Amino acid sequence: MTFFSNPLNLVTLFPLVGVLVILLFKQEQKKEIRWTALIVSLITFGLSIWVLTLFDPNNPDLQLVINLSWIEIADWEISYQMGVDGLSILLVLLTTFLTPISLLSTWTAVEDRVKDFMIFFLLLEVGMLGVFLAQDLFLFYVFWEFTLVPMYFLIGIWGGPQRMYAAVKFFLYTMTGSVLMLLAILWLGIYQGTFSVPDLTAMGGIPAQVQLWLFLAFAAAFAIKVPMWPLHSWLPDAHVQAPTAGSVILAGVLLKMGTYGFLRFNLPLFPKAALQVAPWMAGLAVIGILYGAAVSYYQKDVKMLVAYSSVSHLGFVMLGLFALNPQGVQGGILQMVNHGISTGALFLLVGMIYERRHTREMDDFGGLWKVMPVYGALTLVVTLSSMGLPGLNGFAGEFPILLGAFGSEAIGSPWYAGLAALGVILAAVYLLYMFQKLFLGPLDKEENKLLKDLTVRELITIIPLVILIFWIGLYPKPFFTLMAPAVEKLLSLVEAASLAMY
Amino acid sequence: MTTIDFYAILPIIILVAWASALLLLDLFITRKVEGLTAILAALGLAIALVVSALNFGAGSTAFNGMIEADGFSSYLQILFTGSGIVGIALAYSYLKRMGINRGEFYPLLLYSISGMILMAQAADLIVVFLALELLSIPLYILAGIARPNPASEEAALKYFLLGAFAGGFVVYGVALSFGATGTTSLAGIVAAVDSASADMPLLLVGAGLILIGLGFKVALVPFHMWTPDVYHGAPTPLTAFMAVGAKAAGFAALLRIFLAALPVLAGNFVLIFWILSALTMFAGNLIAIVQSNIKRMLAYSSIAHAGYIMMAVVAFGQELISRDVVASSLFYLLAYAVTNFGAWSVVIALEGAEGKGLQLEDYYGLGKKYPVLAAAMLVFMLSFIGVPPTIGFMGKFYLFRTVLEAGYTWLAVIGVLTSLLSAYYYLRVVVNMYMRQGDPEIYQDRLVQLVTVVGAVAVVLLSIFATPLFRWVSQAALNLF
Repeated sequence: MTFFSNPLNLVTLFPLVGVLVILLFKQEQKKEIRWTALIVSLITFGLSIWVLTLFDPNNPDLQLVINLSWIEIADWEISYQMGVDGLSILLVLLTTFLTPISLLSTWTAVEDRVKDFMIFFLLLEVGMLGVFLAQDLFLFYVFWEFTLVPMYFLIGIWGGPQRMYAAVKFFLYTMTGSVLMLLAILWLGIYQGTFSVPDLTAMGGIPAQVQLWLFLAFAAAFAIKVPMWPLHSWLPDAHVQAPTAGSVILAGVLLKMGTYGFLRFNLPLFPKAALQVAPWMAGLAVIGILYGAAVSYYQKDVKMLVAYSSVSHLGFVMLGLFALNPQGVQGGILQMVNHGISTGALFLLVGMIYERRHTREMDDFGGLWKVMPVYGALTLVVTLSSMGLPGLNGFAGEFPILLGAFGSEAIGSPWYAGLAALGVILAAVYLLYMFQKLFLGPLDKEENKLLKDLTVRELITIIPLVILIFWIGLYPKPFFTLMAPAVEKLLSLVEAASLAMY
Repeated sequence: MTTIDFYAILPIIILVAWASALLLLDLFITRKVEGLTAILAALGLAIALVVSALNFGAGSTAFNGMIEADGFSSYLQILFTGSGIVGIALAYSYLKRMGINRGEFYPLLLYSISGMILMAQAADLIVVFLALELLSIPLYILAGIARPNPASEEAALKYFLLGAFAGGFVVYGVALSFGATGTTSLAGIVAAVDSASADMPLLLVGAGLILIGLGFKVALVPFHMWTPDVYHGAPTPLTAFMAVGAKAAGFAALLRIFLAALPVLAGNFVLIFWILSALTMFAGNLIAIVQSNIKRMLAYSSIAHAGYIMMAVVAFGQELISRDVVASSLFYLLAYAVTNFGAWSVVIALEGAEGKGLQLEDYYGLGKKYPVLAAAMLVFMLSFIGVPPTIGFMGKFYLFRTVLEAGYTWLAVIGVLTSLLSAYYYLRVVVNMYMRQGDPEIYQDRLVQLVTVVGAVAVVLLSIFATPLFRWVSQAALNLF
């Protein structure tokens, strides 16, 4: 298939069409620019649905592959290789799904330099999709680093008062990990002779000792992105300073690039190292779960609370992935999606109240249910989903993770799962506490008495997320079906490595 | 002088003759057509560029083995003449604006370029020295061309004194090498070493002195002290040109001398090269962070970039990858040249009289007021950092590959960590342009704007379609040994 007719390439590059069109508008034509960006992102979503219809869930291999030779450096042939499989299809859909929602949320929130904002946002979408679809390490790295730039601007130009600090911190933190990964990528190129991920996986044969170093170099990039404790300190700054749409994408998709990186590269390329460090990763994940939850509880700023809750939730994902068994990994992947939906929705909801009151301090609110019942009901659903109430999406992800971690041979002890389960309870504590502070109690602040409930536009942004929350919660099977064969294939690689080791 | 000799140095002959004629002609060019000198100089460079690209003397040695005309020199000739043309484009209205439009600027630039070309072709230590002086002396004068501006005069004097000092090191090194081997020809040195007739300790000292001299030219730490003052004081278009031309010429000599003639000394020099490289990357980037003047910041950045190239040169003794050493250095020089000219063109667009418009605060609000200019500057900064998809990233990618192939993993780690350091100050320019409010002034200058826009487009496109470039440098590196 050629460059322009490959469905994956079309999805990835289509937002660029929007960028080109928006470039033709003047800065003042805000309405036209917003609509262009929204329509382009909706078409991109449509294209990704088309990809889904072409996708064969029973096939564990990469599908819709495009593989063109791209750059020659001395004796290296770098390919432009993209493909989708069960590990990435859901994340691609999540990206294209959250982008139009985020854009819609900026309708009244972003008034300054709308043109630049939309350009950066669409560029960001290109980068994110590229990260999930690239099957060549070089190409992957290009997309990976490329996502930094637009996000840096989204935080730095449209963010809160500390935005410049947060933007630079975000950039430098992420780059620290990436450059170490770059060296590991170069090592693979030099000693394995290719950057193609499927080829590298098939080839194997990296000595266990070297695997460990390479694993750590890749993990540096991904663990910062996730972020895993103790590398998380960029996250609260970035999240709190970012504009609402930026937070939604940051939490919803960018963090998943880290967990996805572990899944796509660390596990299949360095399976022996993965087995070796699994207990350590699980340990860090559990610390992250408990730490994130504890810190969330002490926050006074709602957005800060949600930001730290991400540290906790992503800990669950990591725990599931490094359980290295089908339940754990499948739960982990589903939890990536769930976190994208629930936390994305929470950030949207926080943004909506912030737009009305220009404060996020919990002490400034109370009794909002009386003036904004619709808003309150939706927030309740999302909050319950985020804390893992059965019947909503959070449970569908967390339960298999805990199940997987409990019986995991790689982790080797049920205690990790036991402590992680404590995190579920803590999540209920801090989230319900937040809900209580905002919505219950007396409506005693004058400013809050005149607040208007959600507008139609705001409802349109939040309803699709709520529908998904119920869908995944009540009937997660189609989601698991999409990923199961690919997960099985991945784990067979790990298993082969473990047999070779013992 | 045979015909083949003549062909081998055709670009140099053209430039020197053209510059000499221009020097005379300039006297008769009246005020009305004062731009004519510049246009003629650019034309001369264009002719030299075409001749270089055709590479008439391909693969030949001339003047009894003193001059080499190979793919390596042809590549660098194109880089030098191309840089010269861009330099003239940047200088054309800048010199008028600053009231320093002196006719001798352009012929002197041509002389200096002829010296650089000679440097790339030199296969004999005497010629290296000759070329070093030929390229440097016009630059000393050019650095001071903004007289009576004290900063410019200071730059000229400092550059001259330290340059002469560096030249002295090279001469002494050449003399000792001659004493050790009985010859100054690079091929002769190899032969002397092979036949074990060379006095190795003496040769070692000689090579060390040559390294110091060339280290001054390419501004390796600790031989970099002159760089910030000279880059700051010299007229900005000249600074842009020096950062590319003088650096590339220095590395041309370093590569040819150490790879072609002295790989045998690798055991003694690897550690020194390693330390020089690490120190240069680290100190250059670290000191750049605290600069508040963009010219000084870019001066330190240029020091740091010399360190990156030096990283590849560390492996000069490893025969298996010596082709990658040369090719990656050549590629990085090009990547640096494109990015560098672009960045300086933006600096020139903002620079006002008497050093105004050069502070980092002067970039406040540029993104809002002049979006195209700021976007281009963003691209250049990202390329300097090494963020894809830019040519700076491709350059670093190849350099780091070479370093890892050579087995210097820790040097590569230092390299990537210092580029992290560099991200901090390059991003500060971006922060100022996009995230702060201000009302910057720019000078409308079509030629400079052309350089900016073409530069930015080239930085991106050359990274996506880089294969021909990689093939070219690989070819250029082939016949160096």
